[in-house]
Amino acid sequence: MEPRAEEVPRKTKILQALEDQNTSVSFEDPLENDMILNMGPQHPATHGVLRLLLRLDGETVIGCVPEIGYLHRGYEKLAENCTYHEFIPHTDRLDYLSPMSNNTAYAIAVEKLLDIEAPARAQYIRVMISELARISSHLMFLGSLAMDVGALTVWMWAFREREKQYDLFENIAGARFTTSYTRIGGLAQDVTAETLAMVKTFIDELPGHIVECEKLLNTNRIFLERTDGIGIITRDQAIDLGLTGPGLRACGIGHDLRRTNPYLVYSNLDFDVPVYEGGDALARYYVRMAEMRESVKIIHQVLDKMPAGEVHAFKPKKVLPRKERVYTKMEELIHDFMLVNFGVNPPVGEIYSAVEAPKGELGFYIYSSGEGHPWRMKIRSPSFVNLQSLPTMIMGCMISDVVAIIGSLDPVMGEADK
Amino acid sequence: MGLEHALGDSFLTTKIDLAINWCRKNSLWPMPMGISCCAIEMMAFAGPRFDVARFGSEVFRFSPRQSDVMIVAGTTTFKMAKVVRKIYDQMPDPKWVIAMGACTSSGGMYRTYSVVQGIDQFLPVDVYVAGCPPRPDNLLNALIKLQEKVQRGESKGSFPAYVGGSKLDQPQALPTISG
Amino acid sequence: MKAVIIDKLKARFGEQTIDVSEFRSELTIVVPKDRIVEICRFLKEDPDLNFDLLADVCGIDMNTPVKRFGVIYNLYSLTTKYRLRLKIFTEEEEPKVPTVTSVWGTANWHERETFDMFGIVFEGHPDLRRVYMPEDFEYHPLRKDFPLMGIPGSIPLPKNK
Repeated sequence: MEPRAEEVPRKTKILQALEDQNTSVSFEDPLENDMILNMGPQHPATHGVLRLLLRLDGETVIGCVPEIGYLHRGYEKLAENCTYHEFIPHTDRLDYLSPMSNNTAYAIAVEKLLDIEAPARAQYIRVMISELARISSHLMFLGSLAMDVGALTVWMWAFREREKQYDLFENIAGARFTTSYTRIGGLAQDVTAETLAMVKTFIDELPGHIVECEKLLNTNRIFLERTDGIGIITRDQAIDLGLTGPGLRACGIGHDLRRTNPYLVYSNLDFDVPVYEGGDALARYYVRMAEMRESVKIIHQVLDKMPAGEVHAFKPKKVLPRKERVYTKMEELIHDFMLVNFGVNPPVGEIYSAVEAPKGELGFYIYSSGEGHPWRMKIRSPSFVNLQSLPTMIMGCMISDVVAIIGSLDPVMGEADK
Repeated sequence: MGLEHALGDSFLTTKIDLAINWCRKNSLWPMPMGISCCAIEMMAFAGPRFDVARFGSEVFRFSPRQSDVMIVAGTTTFKMAKVVRKIYDQMPDPKWVIAMGACTSSGGMYRTYSVVQGIDQFLPVDVYVAGCPPRPDNLLNALIKLQEKVQRGESKGSFPAYVGGSKLDQPQALPTISG
Repeated sequence: MKAVIIDKLKARFGEQTIDVSEFRSELTIVVPKDRIVEICRFLKEDPDLNFDLLADVCGIDMNTPVKRFGVIYNLYSLTTKYRLRLKIFTEEEEPKVPTVTSVWGTANWHERETFDMFGIVFEGHPDLRRVYMPEDFEYHPLRKDFPLMGIPGSIPLPKNK
């Protein structure tokens, strides 16, 4: 019986997009109906507020449309109204699993625009905190992937290590989590020798703890069957879709911005870039575990090579002066007033600066019109682009694999939604 | 619950009420509405160091039908507000809400076009936690304050008709935004 | 590397079509909007240039009466490790730009975001919907005439019963 015209429900655009998708996957199945399932924004395993509309043929996924935007906080419009310094706390909340890394990326971008360089000690400390942030993010990935697949113990152990890192960050920057530690032209304050000793103790013990977690997972038949061969993406698809970070390195392409376009002092440091073939969830897991070990190596070298010196560049009209000089000297007081109220005034121009964040390539495109606040700031967030490759990875898998694939891709919605 | 309605105010029911509220407060199962950065501190709150299981919140039920308290952790945008309200409506009475962090209490550092300036514009909130993000100890403090509230039998959102609830805790008419 | 790119583009597309500028050792090329797809395809497929990774597509509102909106493409080459920026401009009434999803698949979501934030319509895009704001939102937030605090009532809130 034909439904009457007013009974046909109005289709939203997103449902139309799901039904229009080319399903190149075909199955011989006596039941002809396929089901539309909503893995809604509130779901234990979607790593934040990600909505997936799945078209299922039984248990197999034949169409997928991700919907994001549930955490869109308007960063880019906010950046047009904040001075460059005022935006630093906002960068913490982008990839909120590794806030120090975003702080560093933003500081590098603005310093490129202003054509100033942070002193050597500040650069080494920035490398150290970026690598600590990378370890923190990958530990969270380890815990989440294991928990999604079923191993809750690994999550608890990963969080135990993360708590030790939070103690470190508290010592370095004053806050556990959203640190806002870098400044334009340097850092907020110097690290003490006691903190560096704590860092050394932490990274001496870390490889042992990683081995403990690996003992539970690497030869575990359940883990291997749930991740091996699941969520495959080929080399050409990965480059075409703009996948960067561990996802790209798991497809056999050794692209790492720390090696290809070195920034800070990475050109003086000796480390490997782990590359695995396969493009499946297990390869992404191996890449991240190896990256944690490389980060430990990098921090060892940084601790040995760190020079003594200032952590603020001396550029009076562009870098915020030290507080003790602001309170005692006239010039610094005036500069402080001008910089805080009107902002650093870069020349007219535009730059794009990218670093290798734990999730991929984090880029800042800043167009400056000469004022204290940017005219346009675009944040190229890796999770936004990585999520685009999710439908390609999911096609043809079963619905319980969707959880493992999202876990291996490791998106962070704060970054994807800006 | 039916017993309390039937017997009305008396010595026996206030004692039962105290006992029931004591049981409720020591086994509050949270539903974590983890949206953004505060969710990570909420996970730390459930993690090994600031263990919340010793306060009775043994399991974090992701299903609203099986939980008592909803901890809204993270910036709520207008697009997400509809979803949060839907989940809140699916929770059975008695229910409580903890607004975790600056973003849920008042919009936080985001005074923009897409962020709701405080979830109390569409949800009745019992405890507000300050911080960006609040330390897990702060959230434990909030949970203890909520437990004291449960012991007194107060709840902003659930029906107040059960015996022991104060008349002041009728769901208040919150100011609506015009337009 | 820079000279190679400029010479090849000028040889293939003519001196007048491209307008080169440089700032902080980064090359920016302004091209006419009708030829963007063929220029992108040339940059991707040429064996010496090989710009195979599209890092970013963004829009910009210059707030000028003529040529108000711009679209900026940030390209990267995995083989030569070089970055390049392409810019096109379009008018305020009926801003329409051809899509580059046929050259790089990653442009799909980036162009959807530019449409959502600025209202620039990409012709030929397979699925042009909003990505951040709700589907029925009427405005384009990143335009300079949209206020930061939003327009009250533009997105409905659930009622507090």
